[in-house]
Amino acid sequence: MSAVGTYFYNIFRSLYTVVVGMKITINHLFTRSATVQYPTVKMKIPERARNRLYVNIDDCIGCDQCSMACPVDCITIDTIKSTPDVDLGLTSKNTKKRLYVPRFDIDIAKCCYCGLCVWPCPTDCIVMTDVYEFSEFDRKKLVYSFSNMTSEEIAGAQERLKKYDEEQTAKKAAAKAAAPITPPPPKPEPPAS
Amino acid sequence: MEFIQTLLANELVVSILLSLLPLVFIIAYALVVLYTEMKVAAHIQDRVAYMRTGWHGLLQPIADMLKLLQKEDIIPDKADRLLFRLAPIIAFVGTYAAYAVLPFSSIYIGSNINLGAFFLVAVGSLVVVGILMAGWASNNKWSLFGGVRSAAQMISYEIPTAIAIIIVVMITGSLNLQDVTKFQDGGIGNWVVFGGPLPWLQKLMLMPFTIITFFILFVSSIAEVNRTPFDLPEAESELVQGFNTEYSGMRFAMFYLSEYANLFTVSAVGVALFLGGWSSPFGTFMSGPVWGLFWFVAKAYVFVLVQIWVRWTVPRLRVDQLMYVSWKVLTPWLFVCLLSVGLILVL
Repeated sequence: MSAVGTYFYNIFRSLYTVVVGMKITINHLFTRSATVQYPTVKMKIPERARNRLYVNIDDCIGCDQCSMACPVDCITIDTIKSTPDVDLGLTSKNTKKRLYVPRFDIDIAKCCYCGLCVWPCPTDCIVMTDVYEFSEFDRKKLVYSFSNMTSEEIAGAQERLKKYDEEQTAKKAAAKAAAPITPPPPKPEPPAS
Repeated sequence: MEFIQTLLANELVVSILLSLLPLVFIIAYALVVLYTEMKVAAHIQDRVAYMRTGWHGLLQPIADMLKLLQKEDIIPDKADRLLFRLAPIIAFVGTYAAYAVLPFSSIYIGSNINLGAFFLVAVGSLVVVGILMAGWASNNKWSLFGGVRSAAQMISYEIPTAIAIIIVVMITGSLNLQDVTKFQDGGIGNWVVFGGPLPWLQKLMLMPFTIITFFILFVSSIAEVNRTPFDLPEAESELVQGFNTEYSGMRFAMFYLSEYANLFTVSAVGVALFLGGWSSPFGTFMSGPVWGLFWFVAKAYVFVLVQIWVRWTVPRLRVDQLMYVSWKVLTPWLFVCLLSVGLILVL
């Protein structure tokens, strides 16, 4: 194209492109906006979204697997063994509960929402919920305690375990004193080959 | 005007009162345009803008203004204090002075001088002085860049504006904006953009040139108010708001107000020169002093809306492109228009 032709072509092209752009923007001016007015209107969150953890403490058997799976160590579990005379009941999956869980703390401020704690749980008692609004002014409030045991119950359980252990050791000592020391049975000969 | 004069019987009080009227108008209008601009911008981008302050955020401009009034007024340590303080005032005075010659209605014009259009071009340049001053006094390289760019831009775009005004003056035969408006009175067909109230053959020949002139005046008026696509002086992405980087609080508000007031001024000039000013588009229907004010403001507001629309569509030009547009496109085309209009009028 000659220089003059380019000059006129450039003018035409710039005007034309501006008109095209303005047509697009005026169309958008009259389309519905995509904004969701968040606190009043909420979007549906995906089915498998990972949000705040919840522990159904009635099902927890205190196996500590979630705590071990956690990459940021935000789950702290303390357990107390139960004595044979108490029945802690069954979980919803019909496994027998053998441990008291006096402490099941999740520091949700540390939690990275990876969901790794959910899969190892043998009783499916630790789950991800769809709650995602739980900000607090005090960081300490973000440590959630799921255990439902009162301090008296914990003390009682510890007391019973201690007594039971003492009884057991006493029993063992008594048995030891009564029975003559017998040498352990000889090891069976390895089969000749 | 005479009515108020007899009512108060004091010339000084009356002239102060009348010169304050546009200020009231500017503030009310700035609030409206602030709101419109944010809403249009948001909806063009499929957003909704502010929704919480009042019904659909109607109170937001007032809140913004109150915030700016309360803010601390910071002057940088190494700034030139006198110039720094003076700059926003000069910029605003330059803008405000232009309102003196705007014919708001058939009975209200701040100063009915014979050199109205010339006065407009002259005081319009005063804004550049304020901006350049602000850029220099801030002692900040971005501000300085903004100021210098603004000066270069204004000098380039004053020329197309002035020539466009000259073309209208050639057709109407007067520099007084009130007379220019009266010349176009009596319906949409008499507007200068459609050739003015001349014999139909002359009118038909004039029309292409007046339309081109009107379009060029529109483009150069966007450049004169430093808005996108010609917002190089304040380019927020490269110059951090350019000349007003260091400004805060009341002084920043002055710049802001002057920018929006300027936006109305250029729109009003376009309306007064080309679109019949306060005259009704339907001839005698809906015409009169009050309707005149309505038509004037409404036409200018449509103009402002188009400018907002352009702002949120077109990206910013480069500095060399800016100069190219002014010197190689707008000015030559206007010279062609000037010659042709002259010839047609002589015939």
